[in-house]
Amino acid sequence: MTRKQRRLTMIAGALAVLAVAAALVLNAMRSSIMFFTTPGKIAEQHIAPGTKFRLGGLVEQGSLVRGDQLKVNFEVTDGSAKVPVAFQGILPDLFREGQGVISEGSLDSSGVFHADTVLAKHDETYMPKAVADELKKEGHWKDDYGSASKSKYGKTSAADAPGAVR
Amino acid sequence: MIAESGHYALVLALGLALIQSFVPVIGARVKDPALMNMSRSTAIAQFVFVLLSFGALILLHVLSDFSVVNVYENSHSLKPLIYKITGVWGNHEGSMLLWVFILSLFGALVAIFGVNLPLSLRAHVLAVQAWIATAFYLFILLTSNPFLRIANPPLEGRDLNPILQDPGLAVHPPMLYLGYVGFSISFSFAIAALIEGRIDAAWARWVRPWTLMAWIFLTLGIAMGSYWAYYELGWGGWWFWDPVENASLMPWLAGTALLHSAVVMEKREALKIWTVLLAILTFSLSLLGTFLVRSGVLTSVHAFATDPRRGVFILMILCVFIGGSLSFYAWRAASLKQGGLFAPISREGALVLNNLLLTTACATVFIGTLYPLALEVVTGERISVGAPFFNLTFAPLFLPLLLAVPFGPLLAWKRGDLVGAAQRLMVAGVVALVTIAIVWAWQRGGSAFAPLAIGLAMFVILGAAVDIAERVKLFRAPFATSWSRATGLPRSTWGTAFAHAGLGIALIGIVCESTWNIEHIATMRLNDTAQLGSYSATFDGMTSRQGPNYREDIATFTIRQGGALVGMMTPSKRSFTTRGMSTTEAALMTRGVSQLYISLGAADPNGSITARIYYKPLVLLIWFGPVLMAFGGMLSLSDRRLRVGAPKPARPKLSGLAQPAE
Repeated sequence: MTRKQRRLTMIAGALAVLAVAAALVLNAMRSSIMFFTTPGKIAEQHIAPGTKFRLGGLVEQGSLVRGDQLKVNFEVTDGSAKVPVAFQGILPDLFREGQGVISEGSLDSSGVFHADTVLAKHDETYMPKAVADELKKEGHWKDDYGSASKSKYGKTSAADAPGAVR
Repeated sequence: MIAESGHYALVLALGLALIQSFVPVIGARVKDPALMNMSRSTAIAQFVFVLLSFGALILLHVLSDFSVVNVYENSHSLKPLIYKITGVWGNHEGSMLLWVFILSLFGALVAIFGVNLPLSLRAHVLAVQAWIATAFYLFILLTSNPFLRIANPPLEGRDLNPILQDPGLAVHPPMLYLGYVGFSISFSFAIAALIEGRIDAAWARWVRPWTLMAWIFLTLGIAMGSYWAYYELGWGGWWFWDPVENASLMPWLAGTALLHSAVVMEKREALKIWTVLLAILTFSLSLLGTFLVRSGVLTSVHAFATDPRRGVFILMILCVFIGGSLSFYAWRAASLKQGGLFAPISREGALVLNNLLLTTACATVFIGTLYPLALEVVTGERISVGAPFFNLTFAPLFLPLLLAVPFGPLLAWKRGDLVGAAQRLMVAGVVALVTIAIVWAWQRGGSAFAPLAIGLAMFVILGAAVDIAERVKLFRAPFATSWSRATGLPRSTWGTAFAHAGLGIALIGIVCESTWNIEHIATMRLNDTAQLGSYSATFDGMTSRQGPNYREDIATFTIRQGGALVGMMTPSKRSFTTRGMSTTEAALMTRGVSQLYISLGAADPNGSITARIYYKPLVLLIWFGPVLMAFGGMLSLSDRRLRVGAPKPARPKLSGLAQPAE
C-alpha cells in the first residue's frame, strides 16, 4: 500500500466510526431524552399519557398521603396548577412539603403522574435550578425560597459531593 | 494574622507566576541560559508560597477561626479534626486553592526532576504552566478569596455539608485534582513543542510518565468517588451519568487515548500531530470539568446556588486556554514533521483504533453532557439526558474497543499479523465461549446480554494473560526459561497486562451487579425478616446515640445465611442540628467480593422502619478493576525507561552498557 492508500484507509475507518457514533447519538436523542415541565404547562403542551418527562415544582402543603407498601401520593404545584403524583418507594431524605421536587415518570389517562424517581433538593438552601427559574417566571417566587442562595457564601459545591442524590 | 499571611503568600505566588510567564520565554528567544533557568527557581518558590497559603487555610480551619468567612461557612468547632482538615477543600474557595496547590506542586516537580530536559523546552513548559497558574491565582484572588474576614465574627460556624463529613472527602477531591491538574503538564509540553516547532521521540518519553501519573490518580479518583457515592448516598448506585461525573470521565477517556498515542510516538515517531492535539484536548476537558463543576451552570442535583461572576471568569479562562491553544495548534501543527509509516493492521493501527473509539466515546459523553446546556441557552427548552442516552451511545462504542483490546499487544509494530494474533488468542476465545455457555445455562436462558458481556470480559482478561504467556513462552519452553523471561520482561509490559485485565474485571463487576442485584424495599416491624437469595436479614430494633455534631438513630439487623448466623449490620440515620439536615449511613457487609447493603428510609413512630436491603453480587469488582488498572499504571511508571526524571545521561565510562534494551 502506498502512503496515500494507507492514509485513506485510516480516514475511511475514522469516518465510519464517527458515522456510527452520530447515528447512535441521534437515535438515543430521539428515544431517551426527557423534557422538563411544570404543572401549569402540562395542559398547554398536550403531553400524551405514557410519555416520560420530568415534572418540577413544589410539594403542595398537606397533600402528602402515605399508603401501604411504601406507596405515597402527593401533589406538585407551581402556583397556577396542581398535578397529583403517585410513587412507590422510599422518598429522599430531603423530601418535605412546601419544598422543591423533581419527579421523573409519565401521566396516566386519568391525569395522575406516576413517578419512577423522585429527586428532592439537596439541602435546605437549594432548589432545583429548573424549578426556581420556572417559579420566578410564573411570578410565584418568594424571597424566602432562595434566602440562603442569595446570601453570598452559602454553597457547597458539586465536586465535593459524590454522585447524584436521588 | 494567619489569614492575612495566607492571602499575602498567594499574591506573592501570583507575582512569581507573572515573572515566570514572560522571562523564560524571552530567555529562550535571546538564548540566555540565566533567564531560562530563572523558571526553575520561580516554579519552586511558587510552590513554597502556595504551600504556605494552603497551610494557612488548613490552620484556620483546624483552629476554628470563625472570623474568616470560609471557616464560618464550612466548619463547626465540634467537628472532628479530620473533617476540619478535609473541610478545607469541601467548599468552593478551598478546593480552588487545592487546585492551584497541586498545579504549583507539578510545576515544582518539573523544575526539580526535569534537569535533563533541553533548557529551552523546560523554560517553555514552565512558562506555559505559569500562564495557567496566573489565570487561576487571579480567579481565586478576584472572585473566590478564601481568606476574607467577617467584621463581627460569630461564635459558631455553620458546619460542613453532612454528606461531605466522610473519609471519602479526604481522598476523592485531591486524587481527582492530581489527575485533572496533572494533565496540565502534558498540555504545557504540547504547547512548548508547538512554540519550538520541534517534537521527537524524546519528547514523548518525557511526556509519557507525567501523563501516566495523572491518569493513575484520575483513575483512582473516579473509582474512589464512585465507591463514595455508592455507600454514602444510600441508593446503592455507583454511577449516575451525572454531569459532574461525566466531567471527570471525559478527561479520563481522552487521557487514556493520549497515553496510548504517546506510546506510538515514543516507539515509532508516528502520530505526532495527533498526540499534541490529544494533549491539548485532554487538559481542555479537565478545564471544562472544572468549569462545569465550579461555575454551577449545571441543572444537576449537584449544582448549588452559585455566583455568576465566577462562572463568567472560569468561562473566560476556558475560552482563552482552549481557544488559544487550538488556534495556536492550527497555526503551528503543520510545522511538525510527520514520520513513521505503518500498515493499518499493526500495533500502531491498533492504537489508532483505540484512540478513535476512545475519543468518539468521549465525544458522545461530551454531547450528552453539554447538549442540554446548549439547548437551554439557545431555545430555553429544558431536557434531561440520563443513563438511557449513555447506555445507547457509550456502551456500543466501548464494546468493539473491548473486543479489540487483547489483539493490540499481540500485533507487531509497523506490520502486524491479524490471523497470527487470532490464533494465539484462540485459547482465550474458547474459554470465553465456554463461559458464555455456562453463564447462560446457569441463569437458565433469559437475556443473552449478561452471558455475552461476561464472556467478553473473560476474553479481555485472558487476552492479557495470553500476551504475557506468549512473551515468556509459557509451556513452550522449560519452566525455568519462562520464569527468567518473565522476570526479564519490561515492567511496562506487565503494566499493560494488568491494566487491560482490570478493564475486564471491572466489566464483570458492572454486569453482575446490574443483572443479578437483589433488591428488597419494605417497611419492617420488629423481628421482621427479609429474604435475599440465600441471605436473610432480621430487624432487631433501634437505638440512638449522640455523635460529636449529630444525633444518630441506629437500626440493628441480624444476617443469616441458610440459617447460620453471619453477623450484624447497623445502618443509621444521622441528623445534623446545625444545618437541619440528615444523612443516611448505609451498612455494608462484604462476603467475598459481593456485598450486602442496607440503608434506612423514614422511621415510623410505632417502631417500624422502611429499609432498602440489597444483595449485590461481585460488586467490589467494579472498583477492584480500576485499582488494578492503576496498579498496572504504577508498574509501568516504575519501568526504568519511564521513571520520572530518568533516563539520566549515561556516565562516560558506562556508555553503551547503560543503554536499556528497547
